Amino acid sequence: MGSKKSIIINGLIVGLLSVLLVKYGNPVNMGICIACFIRDTVGGLGLHRAEVVKYVRPEIIGIVLGAFLMSYGKKEFQSRGGSSPLTRFVLGFIVMVGALMFLGCPLRMVLRLAGGDLNALFGIIGFAAGIGLGIIFLNKGFTLKRTYNLNKVEGFIFPVINIVLLVLLISGSAVLIFSQKGPGSQHAPILLALVVGLIVGAYAQRTRLCMVGGIRDLILFKDWYLISGFLAIFVAALLGNIAFGFFKLGFVGQPVAHTDGLWNFLGMALAGFGSVLLGGCPMRQIILAGEGNIDSVITILGMAVGAAFAHNFKLASSAQGPTVNGKIAVIIGFIVVALIGYFNIERSVDFKVKGDVNIEG
Amino acid sequence: MKANLVDARGRSCPEPVLLTKKALTLYKDGVDVLVDNITARENIKRFATNLGYKVNVKENGQDILIEIRKE
Repeated sequence: MGSKKSIIINGLIVGLLSVLLVKYGNPVNMGICIACFIRDTVGGLGLHRAEVVKYVRPEIIGIVLGAFLMSYGKKEFQSRGGSSPLTRFVLGFIVMVGALMFLGCPLRMVLRLAGGDLNALFGIIGFAAGIGLGIIFLNKGFTLKRTYNLNKVEGFIFPVINIVLLVLLISGSAVLIFSQKGPGSQHAPILLALVVGLIVGAYAQRTRLCMVGGIRDLILFKDWYLISGFLAIFVAALLGNIAFGFFKLGFVGQPVAHTDGLWNFLGMALAGFGSVLLGGCPMRQIILAGEGNIDSVITILGMAVGAAFAHNFKLASSAQGPTVNGKIAVIIGFIVVALIGYFNIERSVDFKVKGDVNIEG
Repeated sequence: MKANLVDARGRSCPEPVLLTKKALTLYKDGVDVLVDNITARENIKRFATNLGYKVNVKENGQDILIEIRKE
């Protein structure tokens, strides 16, 4: 763990497997997209009304279980929570609204660029700008306060929920609703998607791969560790897309994307701003949730509810472009995140002299 | 040796690293940082090592004490 080589390999694997999933049925440039797949899963459970984006995505289940098994095996599984839960829920909700304005989470943003979708450039610039904005708050002492140890069983609940979802999916249960057309109807075989999820989840649990963390650490600490993974995803997906013939350079007619540069920028800026205050991108939240981090589980629930609202209230963009409701929601989102940022600044930090705290060397 | 201690237990990243950074600007000779998760340990180790400090880690149950010293 911790070596730059392993996170680069991790990134290469994520990039290649994403292209592989497209090859076997996932929508183009959507081998893995945490935001889209949470949204699809929410739809598959019947919690929103957008008929074209409903499917319980095994990739998400796999990532959760992969991270769970790996952290458990490595004795890093810790049930913890209690760090501003409702604030995290709201931030998760808003990150989803931003991601669905752009049409993709930070991971899909990189995959889109690697597929030649130049609209993602506006997304990346926005994403970096949003992270920069969040860093201003971090530097002023923003904190969601500490987390606490919880009963071990608490940490098992989220993985168990995912196992239940998997059983429903594999058994072909009639309670789940799947799209007959549109992106939700396009998916790789369950087993393949699940195995890819397990590999990605297990590996990223070791390396702490995070899209937000990459840009954040580079700006804050001049640390290239996390962003090397980010760049490796891009390189591998680019080569994979070219090899399989998915690469198509341009702005117009890109799959599950729109060409409104300003709102692509603002959508990802909001996602970056919210994510940096949460301490990690949507994918990282999924990994942490598998490790027993209840704060991340709450964040994911916020994203799930955000996804449902985004479609029920017509906030999510489509290939035709952003909606008026979506634009209003993104603007409100910026205001809310800024207020959360402002009101959670801790003005004084204590440095104690050793001896004040019980620690045995 | 007595050193200034940053208690970053329960904080999630990047906060422990930011607190360490802040502390090191005040106490350039080094600080001790107390954390309780491995991600924070690795991040602080990497951060301090990149700045040219010597890092020593002691673990006591869930608590991890990171001693950061000037070489």
